[in-house]
Amino acid sequence: MNFHAIWAIYCHEIKRMLRTISQTIVSPVLSTTLYFIVFGAAIGSRISEVEGVPYGAFIVPGLIMSAIMSQSVANASFGIYFPRFTGTIYELLSAPLSSWEIVIGYVGGAATKSLIIASIILLTAFCFVELHILHPWWMLAFLLLSTIAFSLLGFIIGLWADNFEKLQVIPLLVITPLAFLGGSFYSLPMLSPLWQKISLFNPVVYLISGFRWSFYGQADVDLQLSLLVTCLFLLIGMGLVWWIFRTGYKLKN
Amino acid sequence: MSATEILSITSLHKHYGNSPQPALENVSLSIKAGEIFALLGPNGAGKTTLINIVTGIVTPTSGSIAVGGFDSVRDFRKTRQMIGLVPQELLVEAFETVWDTVRFSRRLFGKAPQDTYLEQILHDLSLWDKRHQPIRYLSGGMKRRLLIAKALAHEPRVLFLDEPSAGVDVELRRSMWDLVKRLRGEGVTIILTTHYLEEAEEMADRIGIINHGKLVMVEDKDSLMQRLGKKQVIFTLSSPLSVLPPALRDFTVELNSQGRQLIFSSDPSSTTKGISRFLQTLQAAQINFDDFESKNSSLEEIFIQLLRSS
Ligand SMILES: Nc1ncnc2c1ncn2[C@@H]1O[C@H](COP(=O)(O)OP(=O)(O)OP(=O)(O)O)[C@@H](O)[C@H]1O
Ligand SMILES: [Mg+2]
Repeated sequence: MNFHAIWAIYCHEIKRMLRTISQTIVSPVLSTTLYFIVFGAAIGSRISEVEGVPYGAFIVPGLIMSAIMSQSVANASFGIYFPRFTGTIYELLSAPLSSWEIVIGYVGGAATKSLIIASIILLTAFCFVELHILHPWWMLAFLLLSTIAFSLLGFIIGLWADNFEKLQVIPLLVITPLAFLGGSFYSLPMLSPLWQKISLFNPVVYLISGFRWSFYGQADVDLQLSLLVTCLFLLIGMGLVWWIFRTGYKLKN
Repeated sequence: MSATEILSITSLHKHYGNSPQPALENVSLSIKAGEIFALLGPNGAGKTTLINIVTGIVTPTSGSIAVGGFDSVRDFRKTRQMIGLVPQELLVEAFETVWDTVRFSRRLFGKAPQDTYLEQILHDLSLWDKRHQPIRYLSGGMKRRLLIAKALAHEPRVLFLDEPSAGVDVELRRSMWDLVKRLRGEGVTIILTTHYLEEAEEMADRIGIINHGKLVMVEDKDSLMQRLGKKQVIFTLSSPLSVLPPALRDFTVELNSQGRQLIFSSDPSSTTKGISRFLQTLQAAQINFDDFESKNSSLEEIFIQLLRSS
């Protein structure tokens, strides 16, 4: 293992984040606050409680999970796309590095940034609503697993994209809708039976349900199923990365 | 592997997926430790492709490479650590600082930080004053030097310079040549490509010429110059000649500048005899000259000659 290189890439990514530290902090704080104002206060005052949880608190796990998904994908995809775009990737390709070392460096950096943002959102949420975390270790586990899974996914997008539009298209057309329809703002029993069934095909439902369970002990789907889907995400991501590097896809001529 | 061989390239082929012609065809080359090897060839000849394959950026279609006796695929960590690359294009990040980027390069190649060494390199390349600047504030020539600093950051034993003097001013080119020679003095093997033939002439120990993906020729610079170098003596005549006198027809000679100049050429194999006989003949034919000038043909002429014949 070239630990020096992994650390160098990781620090490089963290430094890139620190250069835009104000955006990194301000934008999640702002958007979370807006969600609380719109959904928590304005609409939430009419809903009051979902499955025994005050609405303002109910939406917190979903908000965090959505942020994790979009941030992880955005950071990791940009992190690897950028050197491809500028050509500075020549240095990575000529270095004594295995593919997995590159992945660990970039995915580690992106995941770290997402976790920082998740913590900021959580802290902001504490200012607005009363939060309990029933199973903090489970919460951490779900958080870590999904951050890594979506960072891997972002990394794959960053390898696949050959222009900036492609870089945006999957987050925009796939991740955002799935996250919105993933039960961040409602629980499945609130939907009609048909839509409940359809929702079960949305993998994000399982992530958010499991994550919410770690807060309030309330879940829409079976906990084990949630865990399984989360791990499946991770495995698919790793499999894709493995395949990409094995074939040299888009990295080398 | 011979005792002094550092890099061995065997039957390298490269065919880019989207092009009809191969970029490299059966290239084999052996580089000796500590030499400066200049790779010459016209645009699109395959110089960068060859360098990119050896440095691991491009995957060859077939063929093998050994660095310091290690196979570049099986022992890629060992071979890559021995190699440094300065790419042809100015590929740098905009926002990172000079200092951060050289430290990054060193660690990327698996070496523990060594700030005194990096400081020395930045001094050598006159970049020390710029160390806290983001790279986008550097001029083109400074970026080129920064790429050299990055390539040297992990103390490679073999350094590839892909057109190091492109876009670099005369003074800087001189100091780059000095640096390259000093590195050679420290035992670093240097392989460079260039379009400036005087650069190859000035620095290289050996020269390889590549054209249409084939290595046309590899030879010691001195013997190449000697073997192919023609000596010309140009006589400025006291009175112009309208035709070449019959007595001179046995020599390789021509009239120029409306008969005011007589250009005598000789093969290196028969130099002295040729010129002294020629002078005697001139005297006997009572052809007087005011001045004369002798010229060795440059690498450039040899180069053009070779490319025409290949
Ligand atoms: N990524 C690529 N995909 C397809 N063809 C390529 C690629 N890179 C180079 N080539 C082709 O391979 C051939 C050799 O190119 P190469 O860059 O090695 O030439 P070069 O000798 O370095 O030229 P120059 O002096 O202009 O730098 C050219 O015909 C070029 O078009
Ligand atoms: Mg080139």
